[in-house]
Amino acid sequence: MAKEFRTLKTSVNLPYELAYGPIWTRFFDGLLNKKILGTKCPKCDRILVPARSFCPRCFVDTPEWVEISHEGALTAWCLTNYRYYGQPVEPPSISALIRLDGANVDFLHLIGGFDLGDFELVRRKVKNGMRVKAVWNEERKAQIFDIKYFEPV
Amino acid sequence: MGNPVAIIGIGQTEHGKRMDVAYPELVREAVVRVYEDAGLEPDDIEGIVSGTMPSMMEGVALTHFYLADAMASKGKTILKTETCGSTGMSLAHTAYYWVSSGIADLVMAVGHEKMNEGDSQATMTTVGDPFYQRYFISGAPGVFSMQSQMWSVRYGLAEEKIRDAAAFISLTHHDSAFDNPYAHIKKRLTAEEIKTARIITYPVRLWDVCPNSDGACAVIFASQKMVKKLGIKKAAWVKGVGFSGEEQFFGDSDKAVWQSAVLAVRQAYSQAGIKNPLKELDVAEVYNPFTFQEMMFYECFGFCELGEAPDMVLRGSFTRNGDLPCDPSGGTLCTNPIGATGLIRTAEAALQVMGKAGDHQIPGAKLALSHAMGGIDQFNGIMIVGSEL
Repeated sequence: MAKEFRTLKTSVNLPYELAYGPIWTRFFDGLLNKKILGTKCPKCDRILVPARSFCPRCFVDTPEWVEISHEGALTAWCLTNYRYYGQPVEPPSISALIRLDGANVDFLHLIGGFDLGDFELVRRKVKNGMRVKAVWNEERKAQIFDIKYFEPV
Repeated sequence: MGNPVAIIGIGQTEHGKRMDVAYPELVREAVVRVYEDAGLEPDDIEGIVSGTMPSMMEGVALTHFYLADAMASKGKTILKTETCGSTGMSLAHTAYYWVSSGIADLVMAVGHEKMNEGDSQATMTTVGDPFYQRYFISGAPGVFSMQSQMWSVRYGLAEEKIRDAAAFISLTHHDSAFDNPYAHIKKRLTAEEIKTARIITYPVRLWDVCPNSDGACAVIFASQKMVKKLGIKKAAWVKGVGFSGEEQFFGDSDKAVWQSAVLAVRQAYSQAGIKNPLKELDVAEVYNPFTFQEMMFYECFGFCELGEAPDMVLRGSFTRNGDLPCDPSGGTLCTNPIGATGLIRTAEAALQVMGKAGDHQIPGAKLALSHAMGGIDQFNGIMIVGSEL
């Protein structure tokens, strides 16, 4: 048996105040009003959601705003059965990529609104390509959880 | 390609839960060993490049300052390179570029992590931005599970077949780890145990995912002039490097055929003059923290056609006796001190082509690929090494 040595218990807790900037502010104000907003790249014509101030591929400004559908199709999903320190999402949960109608990129969020307790049932129910729609939180705070999750249509 | 560069020394710690040593002592263990292996002294080295995954894994920022003494860096140029999971590969690249440019003749790369001292998954969650992504990426496994799931559906791969192939990979790598004196998890498993283990992030179960390891790896890179001057006989020459990145938003690019992996390997193959990797490579150290994802890499690297990996795996094509042995060291799946892990891949590839891999040596290996990936499905890096200049 190896000798046990002392350990130091310590922690780092740091407060931050992060700037949203004008584009993300407008996006999150949109969520407050049950709107999902994207921006369109004038060069590649892709509609990006969440909204961006510039296209990451073309590196040009994306000044044109587009309102995106609350509905879309599931691109990928993953059931998480693990509790992550400091995270608000309780396990089990399903993270998902969703291609909202009209958008050219996938939106990362949760799917839910059904029983996640029995994994075999979940696996039979959740399929790529299935239609889902946003379920809004009653109390919205201009943050990503203004959308509670996306539920199967 | 710039000037020729060779790997002439490798030092690894015994990886695992290393609460028996403080972080600087752990790093020094690898550094002492690399100098012994290369027959050099710290004074011989001109520059040091150091890296971890996110520094806050151990609660100390800018670890290259904390670990400066452990790397004998006084009076030397010190750099830090950090690219998340691919940090170790980026360390190898940084050292390679440094020597290849002709600025230095001897540079040491040191990758290190002590994952058991903090909450590794909580730390990784902070890689995601807190506006949009942090709450949904589920540490590391979430995004990579989604990626594997996307891949399996895209190619219409039967869930049972992928499950069997993933279990095959897990079983063979865990067996291989017994032949690697530095590997962390050494466990004899059965396919049944692997397939019925606890779900972490579906389809990833306990034995499909890498451990939290403490460990360090140090590698010395030398110019051709220095190899000659030191009279070194066994060296691993860098034949090709490639690195590619993707957008910050996880949903911005298709991950089912991972473009950054494809582009990185294409760049490295082009430099190394490799046309048929399955035939030309003798061994590969693929960064494989997840069994399912390892199969995607086989396809992205051209070891087989898209959607063909599970069949090839089940045929034994990538075992130690197969067409292209992958991860004879047990790979990331059995040992993952993250900041060191990518560098361990390169170190293991180098050991293979130098004929110094001991019990997990692939007989006669002359050309080896090493790889690492990182970010929120964002970065891939490759280094190919060979026994001849």
